[in-house]
Amino acid sequence: MEQILAERRDQVYYKGEEPFRMKCDRESLAGAVSQRACVFCGSRVVLYPIVDALHLVHGPVGCAVYTWDIRGALSSSGQLHRLSFSTDLQERDVIFGGEEKLAGALTELIDRYHPKAAFVYSTCIVGIIGDDLDAVCKRISQDAGIPVIPVKSEGFKGGKRDGYMAACAALRRLVGTGDPAGISPYSLNIMGDFNLAGEIWIIREYFEKMGIQVVANITGDGRVDDICRAHGAALNVVQCSGSTIYLAQDMEKEYGIPYLRVSYLGVEDMTESLYAVARFFRDPGIMERTKKLVHDELAILYPQLQQYRKALQGKKAAIYVGGAFKAFSLVKAFRMLDMEVVLVGSQTGKREDYLELKEITSDGTVIVDDSNPLELASFLQEKEVDVFVGGVKERPIAYKLGIPFCDHNHERKEALEGFVGMLNFTREIYSSVMSPVWQFVPGRKRVKS
Amino acid sequence: MPVKTARKYVSTVNACKLCTPMGACLALRGIEGAMPLLHGSQGCSTYMRRYIISHFNEPIDIASSSLGEKNAIYGGAENLKKGISNVITKYRPKLLGIATTCLTETIGDNVPMILKEYQKETGGEETKGREHPFIISVSTPSYAGTHMDGFHRTVRVAVEALAEEGEKSGRINLLPGFVSPADLRHLKEIMREFGLEYTLLPDISESLDAPILEDYCKIPKGGTPILDIREMGRAQASIEFGRTLNSLAPITAAEYLKIRFDVERYSLGLPIGIHETDRFFSVLEHLSGCSSPACYQMERGRLIDAYVDSHKYLFGKRAIIYGEEDLVVGLTSFLAETGIVPVLCASGGTSGRFEESIRAIGAGNLSVPPLVREGVDFYQIAEEAISLEPDILIGHSKGYPLARKLNIPLIRVGFPIHDRIGGQRILHLGYQGAQRLLDQIVNTVIEKKQSDSSVGYTYM
Repeated sequence: MEQILAERRDQVYYKGEEPFRMKCDRESLAGAVSQRACVFCGSRVVLYPIVDALHLVHGPVGCAVYTWDIRGALSSSGQLHRLSFSTDLQERDVIFGGEEKLAGALTELIDRYHPKAAFVYSTCIVGIIGDDLDAVCKRISQDAGIPVIPVKSEGFKGGKRDGYMAACAALRRLVGTGDPAGISPYSLNIMGDFNLAGEIWIIREYFEKMGIQVVANITGDGRVDDICRAHGAALNVVQCSGSTIYLAQDMEKEYGIPYLRVSYLGVEDMTESLYAVARFFRDPGIMERTKKLVHDELAILYPQLQQYRKALQGKKAAIYVGGAFKAFSLVKAFRMLDMEVVLVGSQTGKREDYLELKEITSDGTVIVDDSNPLELASFLQEKEVDVFVGGVKERPIAYKLGIPFCDHNHERKEALEGFVGMLNFTREIYSSVMSPVWQFVPGRKRVKS
Repeated sequence: MPVKTARKYVSTVNACKLCTPMGACLALRGIEGAMPLLHGSQGCSTYMRRYIISHFNEPIDIASSSLGEKNAIYGGAENLKKGISNVITKYRPKLLGIATTCLTETIGDNVPMILKEYQKETGGEETKGREHPFIISVSTPSYAGTHMDGFHRTVRVAVEALAEEGEKSGRINLLPGFVSPADLRHLKEIMREFGLEYTLLPDISESLDAPILEDYCKIPKGGTPILDIREMGRAQASIEFGRTLNSLAPITAAEYLKIRFDVERYSLGLPIGIHETDRFFSVLEHLSGCSSPACYQMERGRLIDAYVDSHKYLFGKRAIIYGEEDLVVGLTSFLAETGIVPVLCASGGTSGRFEESIRAIGAGNLSVPPLVREGVDFYQIAEEAISLEPDILIGHSKGYPLARKLNIPLIRVGFPIHDRIGGQRILHLGYQGAQRLLDQIVNTVIEKKQSDSSVGYTYM
């Protein structure tokens, strides 16, 4: 296809073609206008929702300012995570080093806000000018008496997934430092949920209704003290494509805590996730309560979904999201609405993720890795898509093509997880698809060369 | 007595500025057929796209040379060349603007040299059968200056690269700075009404506020035509907005045109409010040899009428104005005219000319001159705000947390507007812009009083 650069051809696969090929998990192609961000972004979004920690971005002002209040990660108390802290490095710091400024900024901010811990993110140039973050953090940690943790997130040192790893490495330094006394044998940590629009509260409530104690939210509405004693939990449930999987794997190795991969998006995955947790605990009471919970929730949800389903039946959907796991759930959620997914892609999927997508989509579906605006615009037209699900950067592409859009972004205000989330998701799709505004949009035409 | 300068801190909390390459990307979007390419790590372009999209609700494609670890060690030349080739292949831009980032400035990539190599190696091969794009490059290390420095520097670089010598025409160069698409449309209308031929650079009026068209445009339509930029060296005069210009850039675009092509330079403040707009119109009258078109005389008259209608609601109201230095200067001039008391003018910029510019616009109407703070963040602004007891905040969306904390209204102007629709359509300039701002401000003040009142009155 004309819009795909030669070097990217093997990152696009049409379901049905044999053999399956997908060259993913590689650096973005220069000049291709990838929708991906960087290592720093990966770390920042994972750690961001820890609400009682100080998040100091060590670098020039841009990295901090573009991530100021960037996520709709809600907090049940305290809003420290929503502030944007930067060392705002200047030319002179670049020449003479930024360690002194970093130490000064840390001391100043810790004195002012009394955080439970501080994360210090390194940005591109910190990796170049060679500031010794470890030494500064260690010194300040001793002085201030709180954990001060360097996050090695230089933007150029890989991709978003490397940022997840750096974030997990940072979290790893907290886990195991608290006292796990008094934690129930029926307990778990919620990992890979960021409490966008209060989603983790919905999920926590489900687990609590099942009779399971939630030890730590990692990281939505997260607390440093909870994370420190997370090693006392019996199970880790991990959502999101790998953002916290590295931590779960480490905790399994070190503390023997098993983990389950879960998803709270869509009825199918939500239900299966709850049952998987119930099965894990092998407790009849928990299983009983889980069945009742699912039954009660579905009894509320199904009748409400019907009216929307009728209107949406047969419509063609496109998905482009950060992580492939979210894409799996969305494919299933659309299936439940009798909608057909004709395009699905992710920024950071791995080969096995795309194989999974191949399994759950129908013939002709475009599966794409690390796509870009021109490709997406072209696929959307080729597939005559009726609704597109994506983040902030995908939205204007859809709108300019006159295609309804569902915001599945970090700053969303509607919870999309849980049973109630399925209803919100359906409503969001419905309210865009059924809007009268599209009648005024000139027809969907070809990309202009 | 308030202290002379803001308290200094080592840390920056909630910055009141953006980074330098951001300005370059915005300015490049205002050149017809131009495509920005950031030479740096992939995150920069993605973050900036997201930030810009959230204001304009328009696609904005910014390419990246997507440097990885190896490139950071051995240099980014190969990636930059590959990036250029790929952008040309896919977007077929008329102009490609390369802006550096803190990473590539720090590793010491010499972009002009890499570009020379690229031209030599490809010999136009990449663009066979197509129009060869102009490639310009601008140095925008994020650790020096703000987005406004990046913006103005990019404009200058474009002019330096493209403006040509030749027989003088009657054209006017209008260098507006970073203003909204609505402002630019209004400026163009004013130039047309005066019967003046002009080059407006940059011009994001269409490229960042586009209608939905039949076709999806790879590069949005609109922007200053390259041919018009070529004409700038032959123009009779340049009008350049921005009283605080001249900080980091050795010279401005209009200064360059003056030195290189002897194009007369008129340096004005952003035409916000009556005084500053009058200054702009008097220059236009001088250059066109015509008096102001009747429609603007009427607009001005209606504006004065509205000032009078509103004056009692506004007199003595205390305002804090923050944002880009030149925007703050213009707004301060306007607010002072209405009887509002600007108590604090704040910016993250550090042109060194902020305070003198505020004094020069004759906030002379004011019995107490405002505090002027440059190089501050929102933590410092908030710290001063509390004792200043403001009635109103004026600035972009990022002041909302402060407005909420103080329980006072925020009048949204400038960039970014991330929590409302239509930031691109906010009109600030000219009598019309002042009229719109005035109505909004006075009604906001009235509404606040009305909703705070225990009586649901229906007359003012």
